[in-house]
Amino acid sequence: MPRDTGALEASLSDEVLVQVDNLVKYFPVRGGGLISRTIGQVQAVDGVSLTLRRGQTMGLVGETGCGKSTLARCIAGLIPITSGKVTFEGRDITNLSRRAMQPFRREIQMIFQDPYGSLNPRRRVGSIIGEPFAIHHISSGEQRKRAVQELMERVGLNPEHFNRFPAEFSGGQRQRIGVARALALRPKLIICDEPVSALDVSIQAQVLNLLADLQDDFGLAYLFIAHDLEVVRHVSHDVTVMYLGRIAEQGPKTPVYESPRHPYTAALLSAAPAADPDAAQARQRIILTGDVPSPINPPSGCRFHPRCPKAQGLCSEAEPELQSKPGDPAVHLTACHFPVQDGEILARAGRRQSR
Amino acid sequence: MSVSELQFQAGSVEAAPEQAIEGRSQWQLTWRRLRHDKMAVASVIVILLMTVLALIAPLIASLLHHPVDVAYPNTGLSAAGLPLSPGTHGFPLGTDYVGRDLLVRILYGARISLFVGLVTTAIATVAGVTIGMVAGYFGGWIDTVLARFIDAVLAFPVVVIALALAARFSPSLTIIIGVISFFSWAAISRIVRGQTLSLKEKEYIEAARSLGAGPWRIMFLDIMPNLMGPVIVLATLSIPQAIVFEATLSFLGIGIQAPTASWGNILAEAQNFYQEAWWYVVFPAAALLITTLAFNLLGDGIRDAMDPRTERIFNARTDRKNRKNSRSRAGLADPGSPLAATTDGS
Repeated sequence: MPRDTGALEASLSDEVLVQVDNLVKYFPVRGGGLISRTIGQVQAVDGVSLTLRRGQTMGLVGETGCGKSTLARCIAGLIPITSGKVTFEGRDITNLSRRAMQPFRREIQMIFQDPYGSLNPRRRVGSIIGEPFAIHHISSGEQRKRAVQELMERVGLNPEHFNRFPAEFSGGQRQRIGVARALALRPKLIICDEPVSALDVSIQAQVLNLLADLQDDFGLAYLFIAHDLEVVRHVSHDVTVMYLGRIAEQGPKTPVYESPRHPYTAALLSAAPAADPDAAQARQRIILTGDVPSPINPPSGCRFHPRCPKAQGLCSEAEPELQSKPGDPAVHLTACHFPVQDGEILARAGRRQSR
Repeated sequence: MSVSELQFQAGSVEAAPEQAIEGRSQWQLTWRRLRHDKMAVASVIVILLMTVLALIAPLIASLLHHPVDVAYPNTGLSAAGLPLSPGTHGFPLGTDYVGRDLLVRILYGARISLFVGLVTTAIATVAGVTIGMVAGYFGGWIDTVLARFIDAVLAFPVVVIALALAARFSPSLTIIIGVISFFSWAAISRIVRGQTLSLKEKEYIEAARSLGAGPWRIMFLDIMPNLMGPVIVLATLSIPQAIVFEATLSFLGIGIQAPTASWGNILAEAQNFYQEAWWYVVFPAAALLITTLAFNLLGDGIRDAMDPRTERIFNARTDRKNRKNSRSRAGLADPGSPLAATTDGS
C-alpha cells in the first residue's frame, strides 16, 4: 500500500480525515449482592489520540486485550465513549445518536476479524452486500442487484454467486464479501479489525493486496488493526503501538520500525520472526516476563514498568508523556522516560540468545 | 422471483461449471433428515388425514344423512334410552346420549380443536417471538420488565384464571382463543429471549449496526431468521398443548358450549355413560390422543432433524451398510480399522 515511505507532512491539515483526541473508554465492572453496583472500571482505552489521514493507512498494533478493538469500535461509533472527542472532517461525531450518526455511517465502515461470524449465515450474499443500500435507501431492485454484482466483481468474487449463502464460500472469499459490504457506500475510512488474522498466510496476501488496490482506486483511509507486525509494516503509512489502553509509541512506519524508542515496541519487533535466517540468528530477542496486568487495576506510572527491562524507580511513579524524543522526527512520539537508543541492546530481565 | 432473476440463474448454470456442487441450505438438510424419520412422516400423514377429515366433516355428515346437531331419539337410542353401539342403524361409531351421530360430532370437534390449536399457536408464536426478541435485544429495564412478566404468566394458575374469566364473560370461541394464546406465548418468549441474548453478540449484528441498521431491522432481518429453527419446533409442540388446553376447558364446561361439538365437551357428556357405552368415551379420547401425539412426535422429529449432530446417526447407518457391501466385494480392507470406515463413508 504505502509507496511513499517518507515522513508525513503533518502540516497539511486538510488531509486529516479523523482526529481522535484523548479518547477514554472505561467499562464498568458490576458486582455486589442483590443490587448490582459498579465495583470497578476496566480501563480499556485510556487517553488515546491519533490522526487518520485521507487515503493513508494507520496501523494499530498491540497484544490481545490492549484496547485495539475497543478503540476501533469507539471510532466507528458502535459503543459510547467515556470521554474524549472524535471528529470526522472537522465535525464532532462523539457519542452521536443513531439518527445523527447515520450520515457518518456512510463514510466510516468496518471489516471484521472473523469471516465466519461477521456474515449472517441465514442471508444470501446478494442480500448481505446489498444491505448497506437497503439501510440507506440507495437504489432498489434491478439497479441494486447490478451494484452488488459490480462490487462482487471488484473484490474478486464471481458475481454469479449472488444467491449463495456465506457457508458456501471459503474463509478468504467470505472476507472478500465483508470487504464488498464495507465498500458499498464508498466510505472514506474503513476500519479493519484484524481483517486477515483468521486467514491462511497465502490468502492473507491476496486480501491485503485487494485492500491496497482499493485504497489506490478509491482513496480510502484505513485504520488497520493487527497483532502481526509484518502485516502492519506491509500495509501502513503510520503505526501506533498500544499497551494496556495507552499509546506506547506512534509515528511514521519507517522510524518506528527501524529505531523503536519504546522498550515494548523493541520487544515486539524482536519477537517477530525474521525471514532471513542469518538475521534471525544475529538477533537479540527480548523476552518479556510476566503477563499483561489487568486493565481493571493497571500499574502506576508507566503501565509497562513491571515488565520493562529498562524500568527504574521513576517509571512506577510518574506517567511518561507521549512526546518526540531528541533526534527523532517531530511526528515520532514515544511515551517512555528512558527511551531505547539506536543500537542499544536491552540487556536486562529475561534476555536470551535467539537460538 | 422475477423473470430476470430466473434468466440470471439459468445463465449461471451454463457459465459456471463449479455450480455442479450445489450447496445445501440448512432447510434442505433438515428436510432430507426429516424425510428419513419414519415416525415424523407417519405423524405428518396422521395430521394431514385428521385435517382433511375435519375439512370434509359437513360432506361426511350429509353422506350419512346425520347433520351434526340433529338428535335421533327414535333410531339413535336403544330401547332403554342409552347410546347406540358402533355400526348399528347406520351410525358408524354409534351415537351419543341424545342420539346424535358420534362420528359426525367427533369430526366437527376436530374442526374446533385444529382451529383453536393453529390459531392460538400462530398468535402465541408471533407475540412470543416479538416479546422475546425485544426483551433480549434491548436488555436493560425493558428486559427486566418483560422477563418478570414472562415469569409471572408462566406462574399463573391457568385453570383458575380461565374459570374466573368464564364466570365474568360468557365462554365463546374468541375468549377461549384469547385465554389459550395468553398462556402459550410466554414459554416461546423465554426461549426466544435466551437465543436473542446469544445471537446479539454475534459479529454480524455488530456489522449491521456499523452499517447503520436500526434495532427493528436487526431484530427482524438478522436475528429472526436465525431463530426460525427453535421457533418452528416450539410452535409445533405448542399446537397439541393448545388442543389439550381447549379440551380441558370444554370438559370443565368453560370452553366450547353445547350444542357445538368439541372433543372436550363430548368427553364431559360421555363420563356419565362410560359403563354402558365404552365407545362414547373411547373414540373422542382416541381422536384427541392420536392428534396430540402426532403433533408431539412431529415436533420431536423436526427438532432432531434440525440438529446437525443427528446427521452422524444417519451417516453411521449408511457407513455400516457401505462397509458391509465393500467387504463382500473386495474383502481386502480390514473392515474393523477406522481408516477403512472413513474411506467407505466418504
